[in-house]
Amino acid sequence: MTGGALQETSLHGWHLAHGARMAAFAGWEMPLHYGSALTEHAAVRQDAGLFDVSHMMVLDLEGPDARRLLRLALANDVARLDGRPGKALYTTLLQEDGGILDDLMVYALDGNRYRLVLNASQSAEDQVHLRHLAEVRGWEAGFRPRTDWGILACQGPGACARFSGLLGMPDLDVLPRFTGMAAGPGLFIARTGYTGEDGVEILGFSEKLLPLADALLSSGVQPAGLAARDSLRLEAGLKLYGQDMDSGDTPDRSALSATVDLNDPGREFLGRETVLWERQQGIAWKLVGLVLEEGIPRHGYPVLSACGELLGTVTSGLFSPSLRRGIALARVVAGYGPGARVQVSIRGQAHRAMVVNPPFWRNGQAQAFYPQEQGQ
Amino acid sequence: MSRIPENLRYSDTHEWVEDLGNGRFRIGITDHAQELLGDVVYVEGPEPGRIVVAGEPCGVLESVKAASDLFSPLSGQVIEQNAEVAGNPQWLNEDPYGKGWIFVVETGAEAWNRLLDSAAYLALAGQ
Repeated sequence: MTGGALQETSLHGWHLAHGARMAAFAGWEMPLHYGSALTEHAAVRQDAGLFDVSHMMVLDLEGPDARRLLRLALANDVARLDGRPGKALYTTLLQEDGGILDDLMVYALDGNRYRLVLNASQSAEDQVHLRHLAEVRGWEAGFRPRTDWGILACQGPGACARFSGLLGMPDLDVLPRFTGMAAGPGLFIARTGYTGEDGVEILGFSEKLLPLADALLSSGVQPAGLAARDSLRLEAGLKLYGQDMDSGDTPDRSALSATVDLNDPGREFLGRETVLWERQQGIAWKLVGLVLEEGIPRHGYPVLSACGELLGTVTSGLFSPSLRRGIALARVVAGYGPGARVQVSIRGQAHRAMVVNPPFWRNGQAQAFYPQEQGQ
Repeated sequence: MSRIPENLRYSDTHEWVEDLGNGRFRIGITDHAQELLGDVVYVEGPEPGRIVVAGEPCGVLESVKAASDLFSPLSGQVIEQNAEVAGNPQWLNEDPYGKGWIFVVETGAEAWNRLLDSAAYLALAGQ
C-alpha cells in the first residue's frame, strides 16, 4: 500500500498483548496471526474465532433520498430490503462502465436509513462517488461515516452460542441468518461474516468492543488474524476486493453475477448497460475455482491449458488447511467449466489442477476434490 | 522471545549454520524466522549436488498465506538435504534448530568466520 504511518484499530494494544504478529493491510496495521494461522483456521471451522475487522468502514446513510441513491449506485436492489429492517444485502458498487468500485454489505435500518460496511481500501473513494451521485441530482441524503466505530467478527459453529452467553447480549437464536439488530446504543450485531461459517459481526463504538473481545476470549473463543481470515474466506469461495476483482472487472467476470438485480427493468443503476451488453456478447472471462494436485498457487501465477497455452491468472491462491492442498480462484478465458483439466505455473513449473465450482469447503465438508481422491 | 543458540552462526537473511567439521555445514532457518513466517506448509530446499551462492535464493518456504525465498547463507555445494522435512514442514516451526534442518553445504572452513555470531544475530533480530 502507500507509505506513511499505518492506522491502528482501537484493539491494537489488545492484539499485541495477545501475541499478535502485525502486518500492514490497506493502510492499517492489523494482526496477521497470533502464533499459528492453522490453529486459528481450525478453531473457526470447529468452534469459534474472533477477528478484529475495524479497518472496514461503517457508513450510515439517511434522508429522504437515501433509498433512491442506493438503488442507483448499487448493482443489487435495496428494494429487496423494504419493510425488512435489519435485513442484510450483499452487493457490488459499480462505476458507470460496469467496473467494480467495491463490494459491500448493506443493512436496512428503521426510518429509511441504511448501514453500509465498506472495504478499508475503497471507503474514501466510495464516499466521494456516492456523495457526487447525490449532489449532481440534488438529492437529500445524509452521510454519517462512523469513524469512532469498530467491527469484531466472531465466527464458527460455536460462535453464536458463545456470544449469546455473554452478559447483556441477546440470544442469537432469534436472529435469522443474514440479519442484524441493535443491541443497545451504539452497538449493532449481525448474523453475517466472511468465513463460510455461522457467526456474528459486532459493529459499535470502539470502547464497547474491547470488553466484548475480552469476554469472548474468556469464553474460549480463539483470537484469529488476517491470514486465517484469508484461508477461511477462500475455502468458502468468497472474493477479496483488490485481488479477485477491482475497477477493471465486471460482476459477471468475477463470479459475482448474483449481486446484480435486473428484476426491475425501470431501475437504471450504474453499470447496468455494461452488464446487459456483456451478457448479450457472451462473457469472455470467468472467475473459477482451482484445486491443485500438488503445489501452492499464489496471486499472479499463470494458468495454462493441459497443453500449455496461457488461459489466465490466479487471483487468490493459498494452501487450504481444510483440504490440505493448494486451492485458488483464477480468472480464465470462458469455456473452462467444472471438471476441466488445467495447469498452474509455479515458479516456472507446470502443476496439474482441476477447475471446480467454489466453495471448496462448506458445513464441515470438502466440496471440491482433486480427482484421484474421489471415493476414498 | 525466540531462541538463538550460541554454538551456531547466522546470516542476515535469518538462516542458522552449524559447523559439522571438515568444511561441512548444516543449515536451517532461525526460530525468529519461523515466527515471522508463521505456519510453514511447504518446504523446497536445494537438491544434493547443486551449487548454492551466499545471499542468493536456493529454495522456497511457504506459509498458508505467502511464499518466501529460502536463502543460502554460504557458497558451496549441497551434499545432503533433509528428505523428511518436505513431508513434515511443521518441523520448521516446532524444532527449527533440530528436526527442521534443511540442507548441508560443503565449502571452505573459513566461510564460518564470515557469518554472524549469536550476539550479532541477536542485535539484528532486534531483541
